[in-house]
Amino acid sequence: MDFLRIIYNGIVRENPTFVLLLGMCPTLGTTGSAVTGMSMGVATMGVLICSNMSVSAIKSVVPSAVRIPVYIVVIATFVSVLQMLMAAYLPSLNATLGIFIPLIVVNCILLGRAEAFASRNSVLRSCADGIGIGLGFTLALTLLGAVRELLGTGRVFGLEVYPEQFGSLAFVLAPGAFIVLGLLIALFNCIRKS
Amino acid sequence: MFVHVSLEKGGVLMAVDNKSSFLRIFVVLTTFCALSGALLAWVHSFTAEAVERAALEQRAQAVSIVLPSHTNDPLADACSIALAGTDRELEVYPAFSGTEFVGAAVESYSLDGFSGEIVVMYGFDAHGRVVGYEVVSQAETPGLGARMQQWFRMDRGNRSVIGLDPCDPASRLTADGGSIDGITAATITSRAFVDAMARARAVFDVYCSQKETR
Repeated sequence: MDFLRIIYNGIVRENPTFVLLLGMCPTLGTTGSAVTGMSMGVATMGVLICSNMSVSAIKSVVPSAVRIPVYIVVIATFVSVLQMLMAAYLPSLNATLGIFIPLIVVNCILLGRAEAFASRNSVLRSCADGIGIGLGFTLALTLLGAVRELLGTGRVFGLEVYPEQFGSLAFVLAPGAFIVLGLLIALFNCIRKS
Repeated sequence: MFVHVSLEKGGVLMAVDNKSSFLRIFVVLTTFCALSGALLAWVHSFTAEAVERAALEQRAQAVSIVLPSHTNDPLADACSIALAGTDRELEVYPAFSGTEFVGAAVESYSLDGFSGEIVVMYGFDAHGRVVGYEVVSQAETPGLGARMQQWFRMDRGNRSVIGLDPCDPASRLTADGGSIDGITAATITSRAFVDAMARARAVFDVYCSQKETR
């Protein structure tokens, strides 16, 4: 039950995008469409689960003075592994996400969860936290991407809902990302409080 | 002897034993970096081949998409040409139908992109008109510049470059006095795309002039 509660916590109570407001750079940058948003979310979740579990496993041997550099090495290693695997087996997705994959290293969600959760909890609980926060991030990015894609190009996941010329380009560009994100955060807060 | 190093960050006070902790920090950091290096080397050892194969496949696919129908193997007949004034060689993949020259694909590049180099494969017919193109690698902004893969073949307005001769002065962006509609909100990428196309056409010309003597 504890496992499920931590997962629920990551998706709703401590949703990284809508509640903690962490990792805003990839959130705004990769959500031009639902598919890229979701891919970025899944990639980040994979790294987060691995880094959370590793950090939790090594927490007793790492002196606190150098814990941050060690966490960064762990995170950067997993991101590099992910990037190599994607370049080898998913070249088209790798080309789409481009620069955002290496930038997972500096996503503050990863370091934040390592420091705030994984370094004080068991491997299993840290795994649950990685899944929860990762799912929360993925769902938020997918939702944001879907709304922006719909308003900007009239499509969702590449399926046409209405003709493209009625869409507003602003929503595909950066201003639309801020506007949609702000409205979604407001909506999320509204639902959470009621 | 304890040396108290106070790192007052959020009220956290850390006591660090100078000698033994230095050794411990040294050992821990070295170990983790070594482990990380070993893991990366191991993953690299089995992905490197797949990455290379994916790149080769992508190139072969790009060549076959952008060329007019042909009977030879353009990859086997490929040659490298460097333009005057540069030492970077561009690959040319000629297409023959029987013995007749029907066109060539040129892998061209531009350094004027918004985010690093863009590499695009352009296919030309025997007269130097664009038959097709495939973006080989780019790091442009997703949703903006990255749309060049679809944009310049869309049959809407003057977006498409298919059938244009890049030597024609009209083969420039409308913003630069030509007739091609650039990508909305990604003029820099569009300009780089046109720049790469002009470079490909120049290499195509060099190839055609050398072809007679080969």
